Amino acid sequence: MTSALGNVASLAARAGGAVVRQVRSALEHGSGAGAPGAPASGWLVVSIYREPAEIDATSLPAPLAAYGDRIETRIRPAPGGKGTELAVRLTQRSSGTASGPARLTGGDPQGDLRSALRKAKQLIEVGEVLAVDPAPHGKRTATPAGAALEAVTKRAPKGGVL
Amino acid sequence: MKAVTWRGVDEVGVEDVPEPTILNDHDLILEVGLSVTCGSDLHLLGGYIPAMRAGDVLGHEFMGTVAEVGKSVTKHQVGDRVVVVSFTSCGQCWYCTHDLWSLCDNGIPNPGITEALWGQGIGGGYGYSHALGGYAGSHAPYIRVPYADQGAFAIPDGVTDERALFASDAAPTGWTGADQAEVKAGDVVAVWGAGGVGQMAARKAMLMGAERVVVIDRFDNRLEQVRTHIGAETLDYEEVDVSAELREMTGGRGPDVCIEAVGMEAHSPGPQYLYDQVKQQLRLQTDRPTAVREAIYACRKGGTVFTLGVFAGLVDKFPLGAVMNKALTLRGAQQHGHRYIPEILDRMSRDEVRTEHLATHVMPLDDGPKGYRMFKEKEDGCVRAVFRPSG
Repeated sequence: MTSALGNVASLAARAGGAVVRQVRSALEHGSGAGAPGAPASGWLVVSIYREPAEIDATSLPAPLAAYGDRIETRIRPAPGGKGTELAVRLTQRSSGTASGPARLTGGDPQGDLRSALRKAKQLIEVGEVLAVDPAPHGKRTATPAGAALEAVTKRAPKGGVL
Repeated sequence: MKAVTWRGVDEVGVEDVPEPTILNDHDLILEVGLSVTCGSDLHLLGGYIPAMRAGDVLGHEFMGTVAEVGKSVTKHQVGDRVVVVSFTSCGQCWYCTHDLWSLCDNGIPNPGITEALWGQGIGGGYGYSHALGGYAGSHAPYIRVPYADQGAFAIPDGVTDERALFASDAAPTGWTGADQAEVKAGDVVAVWGAGGVGQMAARKAMLMGAERVVVIDRFDNRLEQVRTHIGAETLDYEEVDVSAELREMTGGRGPDVCIEAVGMEAHSPGPQYLYDQVKQQLRLQTDRPTAVREAIYACRKGGTVFTLGVFAGLVDKFPLGAVMNKALTLRGAQQHGHRYIPEILDRMSRDEVRTEHLATHVMPLDDGPKGYRMFKEKEDGCVRAVFRPSG
């Protein structure tokens, strides 16, 4: 890299909001694989590598069981020996779906259920929910980019295309 | 404890951080013996993977001694000498059980970021940004290892720490490229990049029976390592026309398998390098795919191109027409190390895989900034800077 280009790179990357622009850019490519959206039915679904008989709709893991009759469930075999498809949806849903950026900024009413479904899959497959924090780290410098990334990371368990 | 941290773009620090603790029953805590810089770290330092926070501990390629185990860990005990694969993978989901370990469904707690970027989440990685889980890295005296029964591997007696270290990432990444590209006996294989990963891809291709293996780079000392320690042929892309040389070497066909082990900050002497630089710095593309383009044009009709270097997002001027009209198979992957590390350690114990030469500079953690500078700028023939937390 030439030194001039290197300086441009550093300045661009240091600029506040660079992270936000990068993530938004990726999220807002409507035709990309990561395009936000949800089926009209409202089902959120994961494939769990277990036999259908091993997943009991009346005895779901705690994160989903906590929803009680506020959700309905659908369990069916995944084709090709890929386990079992577990689908859940809120019995009372607002119209419309949240955009990709909204899912990472806390504006998605299905975010909590999406996170609960992921945790349920981990509990069934692995037996516990993976934790990361507290992870050792040094001094956090207060920057707009750092704050934006922290906010996105905090919301990410509820976001995504699930 | 002291750790080497990401402080900002092109800024590495050494600072005090808390010691890790066991958070899940399947965790272990490792006392790090050796931890090495990797070319993919340079993408983090350069700001090309914008999901790092100031204070994040760097490092994902490491070995050491088990210091503490969670109550669900069954394969390891305190005092065991192990090497740890750089990906966190559960071992229970469909992907793990089908040997596609880096695609683990349960490797990160925050898959929303990677799902939004790539359409699906992948496994997690140590010290490799909050997009891959936000796990602390290994450039520290201690590190937490989740899914320890899957990710930690006992090092055979007789295999030195310096050799076993590279069974964490460089060797299994190279193995992934050659194996997943399905190198066959009699193939001609070209590898772009003579760093640790490129050298290991070349070695695996040779072990799989390739007739000729040629590695392409511009640094004399790395090309010399390829000839001396790997036994493959070399091309210096600043001295020769690579495509022309490959055509001549293959009777006009082109290599059967082309493995790209360079990644998103590729360099070339041609005008496309300036074009890619400008577009990348203006954020009009996230990655510079120079070597991938060359591999696609060079590959024989019906051959395979494998992208083994790290790419983050979008590229420009991608020769899709050549991929389609030449009927190429285009594949890529992060490493499925859990699948290959047992074989690698076994071959290391029999001297069939040697990696010590990659560790050109060994230093204490206090020299973290110096080590990354030497590695990035290739100072003093640095191929890999290795940190020894014990000093």
